[in-house]
Amino acid sequence: MLTEPGIASLAALAYTNFPSVIPIYVMTSEDTEQQIIRETFHLVSKRDENVCNFLEGGMLIGGSDYRLIYRHYATLYFVFCVDSSESELGILDLIQVFVETLDKCFENVCELDLIFHVDKVHNILAEMVMGGMVLETNMNEIITQVDSQNKMEKSELDEKMW
Amino acid sequence: MSDVVEKTLTALPSLLSLDSLSGSTTLSSTSKLGNLIRGITELTSKHEEEKLIQRELTSIKEQVSSPNTSTRQMKELMVRAIYCEMLGYEASFSYIHAIKLAQQGTGLEKRVGYLAVSLFLNESHELLLLLVNTVLKDLQSTNLIEVCMALTVVSQMFPKDMIPAILPLVEEKLNHPKEIIRRKAVLALYKFYLIAPNQVQHIHNKFRKALCDKDPGVMAASLHIYFQMIQENPEGYKDLTSSFVTILKQVVGGKLPMDFNYHSVPAPWMQIQLLRILAILGRNDQSSSEIMYEVLDESLRRAEINHNITYAILYECVKCIYTIHPKSELLEKAAKCIGNFVLSLKINLKYLGLKALTYVVQQDPKLALQHQMTIIECLDHSDLLIKRETLELLFRITNAQNVSVIVEKMLEFLRVNKDDYTTIDLVGKVAELAEKYAPDNEWFIETMSTVFSVGGDKMQPDIPNSFLKLLSEGFDSVEEDRKLRLFAVDSYVSLLQGEPGKLPQRFLQVISWVLGEYSYLREELDAVLRLLANLLDMRSTSSETKSWVLMAMTKLCGGGAGVSVIREVCETYGSSLDTVLRQRAQELQHLSQDCELRARVLPRGAGLEPLEVDSSLSFLDGFVSEALAAGAAPYKPPHQRQEELAQTKALSLEPYGLSLPISMSSCSIADRQSPTLLSVSSGLSGESPDLSHKGGTTTLKLDGVKRVWGREGYLSQREPVEEPVHVEVPSPVVSPSQRGGEADRSHSQTPTPTATPQPEQEKQQLASSLFVGLASQSSVCLMGKSESTTQRFRRKARGPVSSPAASEQISNSPVSTPSTANHLLGNNFLDSNITSDLSVSSLESTSQLSRGPAAANGICEVELTESSPALPRDNAVAAAAPAPHQDPDTLKDACLRSHLPAEFSGLCPSDITPLCTNQTLDFLACHLQKEDSVSLVVFIYNSSDSDIQQILLELDSDELEVSCVCGSAVQEARSHSVAVCQYSLTVKRPSVHVEVVGMASYRCPAETPQSARFSYKLPLTSFIRPLTVSTEEYGAMWLDFSHDTKQKLTLRSDGRESLADTLDVLKKKLNLHVVEIIGTEGIVACRLLRDQPCLMHCRLHEGSLSVWLRSPVPDLPDCLMYHCQRALQEH
Repeated sequence: MLTEPGIASLAALAYTNFPSVIPIYVMTSEDTEQQIIRETFHLVSKRDENVCNFLEGGMLIGGSDYRLIYRHYATLYFVFCVDSSESELGILDLIQVFVETLDKCFENVCELDLIFHVDKVHNILAEMVMGGMVLETNMNEIITQVDSQNKMEKSELDEKMW
Repeated sequence: MSDVVEKTLTALPSLLSLDSLSGSTTLSSTSKLGNLIRGITELTSKHEEEKLIQRELTSIKEQVSSPNTSTRQMKELMVRAIYCEMLGYEASFSYIHAIKLAQQGTGLEKRVGYLAVSLFLNESHELLLLLVNTVLKDLQSTNLIEVCMALTVVSQMFPKDMIPAILPLVEEKLNHPKEIIRRKAVLALYKFYLIAPNQVQHIHNKFRKALCDKDPGVMAASLHIYFQMIQENPEGYKDLTSSFVTILKQVVGGKLPMDFNYHSVPAPWMQIQLLRILAILGRNDQSSSEIMYEVLDESLRRAEINHNITYAILYECVKCIYTIHPKSELLEKAAKCIGNFVLSLKINLKYLGLKALTYVVQQDPKLALQHQMTIIECLDHSDLLIKRETLELLFRITNAQNVSVIVEKMLEFLRVNKDDYTTIDLVGKVAELAEKYAPDNEWFIETMSTVFSVGGDKMQPDIPNSFLKLLSEGFDSVEEDRKLRLFAVDSYVSLLQGEPGKLPQRFLQVISWVLGEYSYLREELDAVLRLLANLLDMRSTSSETKSWVLMAMTKLCGGGAGVSVIREVCETYGSSLDTVLRQRAQELQHLSQDCELRARVLPRGAGLEPLEVDSSLSFLDGFVSEALAAGAAPYKPPHQRQEELAQTKALSLEPYGLSLPISMSSCSIADRQSPTLLSVSSGLSGESPDLSHKGGTTTLKLDGVKRVWGREGYLSQREPVEEPVHVEVPSPVVSPSQRGGEADRSHSQTPTPTATPQPEQEKQQLASSLFVGLASQSSVCLMGKSESTTQRFRRKARGPVSSPAASEQISNSPVSTPSTANHLLGNNFLDSNITSDLSVSSLESTSQLSRGPAAANGICEVELTESSPALPRDNAVAAAAPAPHQDPDTLKDACLRSHLPAEFSGLCPSDITPLCTNQTLDFLACHLQKEDSVSLVVFIYNSSDSDIQQILLELDSDELEVSCVCGSAVQEARSHSVAVCQYSLTVKRPSVHVEVVGMASYRCPAETPQSARFSYKLPLTSFIRPLTVSTEEYGAMWLDFSHDTKQKLTLRSDGRESLADTLDVLKKKLNLHVVEIIGTEGIVACRLLRDQPCLMHCRLHEGSLSVWLRSPVPDLPDCLMYHCQRALQEH
């Protein structure tokens, strides 16, 4: 079902099964998308702390070539679905970079930030991963890019106030 | 194009606002989002959520369609719509507004618009066409952030057909001064490469430039492209190996700026990517691998900091070392690394260690032996994933000695496993192992019983099928067969005596087939029949299983067995509502009463005789002719009936369901047209007849009839046995006996330390039984790779299948063949004295060669007199030339050309290319273009001293129609002579390059039959011929053709005559006909062989040539565009 290489999707899931960020880089229909999210949450949430951070090919996520790689932070799960062209440990650290970046941008990120500023989260992710390919892994570089956009927004706001 | 978009966009709000209630929108949007989220989190039931979201969607819909909503408010609305979509509710009304926002908004609003578009739509959504213009505009924007946004959205989703529109702009960005833009452009091009590789073929050297970019980030981005391309074609990029090694060296050596460090590891992700690329390049390639050894060693050495990311690098390093040509020092280090992984306390590393072990165990089984205790521990690990990976590892090291222990472990896992995917995978593996290594009959049957019980309805249908096939085909010994079948029957009888209700349906079907076929080996058929009848009475039995059971009873009913049972069953099911069951019951009744007929229809133990089916039903001919004579209507096949019905329906009663926007976008996607007004109208007219036709066929209700009385209908009596079956319930299991395992343990050769505590000792014991056979011999039988192990259940070789399997397959490497070809035909000439007697000797040999086939075949007429005038001239040139090593080529060609059939004289053949070569025969080929066809000529040169007989050439192609020119089939090649055969090629389906693949089989005297495979590639241009039409004819044709493509090409020169010059190049290179040139426009026509025209319209536009190709043949315009592009580039 999922055909293209690289990172197929990312979902950040909270305990409430309330998805926050779901860019899917590979074409799926709306129904399977929802099903994938449900299934993923189901799989990930019942895993213990002392097991590995990987899950292997379910039917739904596209068979043996795809794996789920997740990290668990307080009430949030960050789950990447990747194919065999990505390194497992590499993705684990990519999640770490992502979360650290979020933390910097939102100053102590929490679940609510992700929910209320879904568009900003997407922007940050778009600077890291583009079309399923890792674009940038340096936190400072990502923040610079995101900031430059924010500045633009501010200047727009100023214009409007004038 | 932009006009339409503009019009649609301005028209839509007014259309949509018809149903909106109020136009006034004053809203405090941020709080609305907050309210929504708060509302959702407070909900208690799914139903409430649904209601809340529907309310929310209605309010969003109202506001987006109001003309007074500002883009700023629109942005907030989009975020809310994204929310609803994310929760799984459809907000399709907002899609068009998302596109609009991306177009009209500025800055962040635009960004949200793009984001919404990329989240809402998928690549094939028709609305995406409306985005093209926006993307175009943003790509040209001076605002860097807008360019970035456009590139991002392009790499996320872009309609494939519109790529040519933006490709030049994206390419341009590769030279942008800002590295972030260059980087994104590279990734966007990568995306294009993935979805439409043909379109970006011409920019490969730009990728190379990106690889050498001064910014490491851009270089890293280009690695993605190279990884993909090298994976597809490793041979094509071997020259880059040293570049990648150098890059990796620099990265590992810390030459990159500090910015690229992550936890003080230099650019780890880049390292990982590079290592993966190197692994592919070095696979099976010693010389490439040798370049890498040093840097791999250094990578291993440098990655010593105890951090997650260094382990990621190490893991890739190890995989790379085991993939490329081995070097013992590195292997040792890598083995140590794997040890560290496996022994690590971190669970992630342990998992990767097991994966690495699984990967390397085929090359280095001793490594598994080293870590046997860890592997045993992992078998009992609490994480199922670790357990499964361990089983995967064990699966790879299974051999005849440890199979029962390993299979036992797998079955143990299967019984607790809940995940379907794993079950299916593992069940297949157990079945494979059981078939391959089963120690005895009992074990095999019992293991398979467990597989069927556990696998249930989920397992692959080929498992029961191949099991039944195995039973019915039998093995080499008749007595063994009997024993196996009898044991199967006995064990199934006892299963049925237990609790058959718990067995899965598919297992029951297997059981009934086996009982039906082989119960005669037992004495008491009555008991079996009663058990089967019990199955029929169970409520859980599906009707499909019931028909299997009835079939089995039919097979058993002879000889007066179980008369009462059968009568009862026939009574019950003879009136069943299920027609299949009823039919089976009727068959049972009739056959049980007529012993003679039964013996003819269902001969005992004849499972392995192939059935002869008279598919033409010729035995009914008499009946048919009688019926026809009596006035019956002749039979018409279903499709004919449908056609006639559709024709009789003159008036279309279907409503015209097309509304303008839908038809516009759908037809423009299907026809690959840009959404101009012209294409809308043509698309509409083109589509309507099609629709009415579809309507005609769908209203016909012939399905029901066909299903029951289809062509396969009545004849398929025995077929259910072969059919894949579906089963519902999985259920408990018959555990296979431990006997095999214990026996193995006593045989085990691994030394075991004696003084160990009790649990430890158990593990040791398990280890010795698991890893038995690994230590004893160095060549381990892995996955049946070793031929020395006697497979118990090796299939009998049967029928015609055996001969190709037995014959040797000779794969040819295209790289080496040219030299052999030279060697083959040039050796005579090279070895002989080059100067004076060269021409004489070569002439002699040529004439000798050419006489050969003419005499041998009597078919291909080689006229020596006609071809020889060309030869002396060639030879004279060759003899006069000072450098003798040029000769073989010319000579070879000349000599082979002399063998071309006479009808080709005067035509210019392509270069003669070698196809494949082995000790005795060489195959070479060339093609010739004729007015209406293309001919392929295959030369077979026999360099041995004996004649070779029974040569059979079979050619085939996906894109081409290949037919052997009658009478030119070659059967034998005399020693030291050339045989020629000739094929004519026509195009079935256009493709940029077309390929003929072939197989030659032949037999040398006193040797086994041999075969060789080869392929011959030729460009589509070989099939292109000029098409002479007048401008008026051209105009008429243009409108009729439905498939088209447009692209901008570079001009050949800048001068005043640039159009004429460029067209001249195309004319010469591609064999096109220039119809007329008027000012800045030119029209050109060509055809694909006889009757497949393609028209080309060119226009000078801003220093480039816009080309529009149209043809009635799908794909032809695309392919031709590619060749035009190539022709102009090469020039």
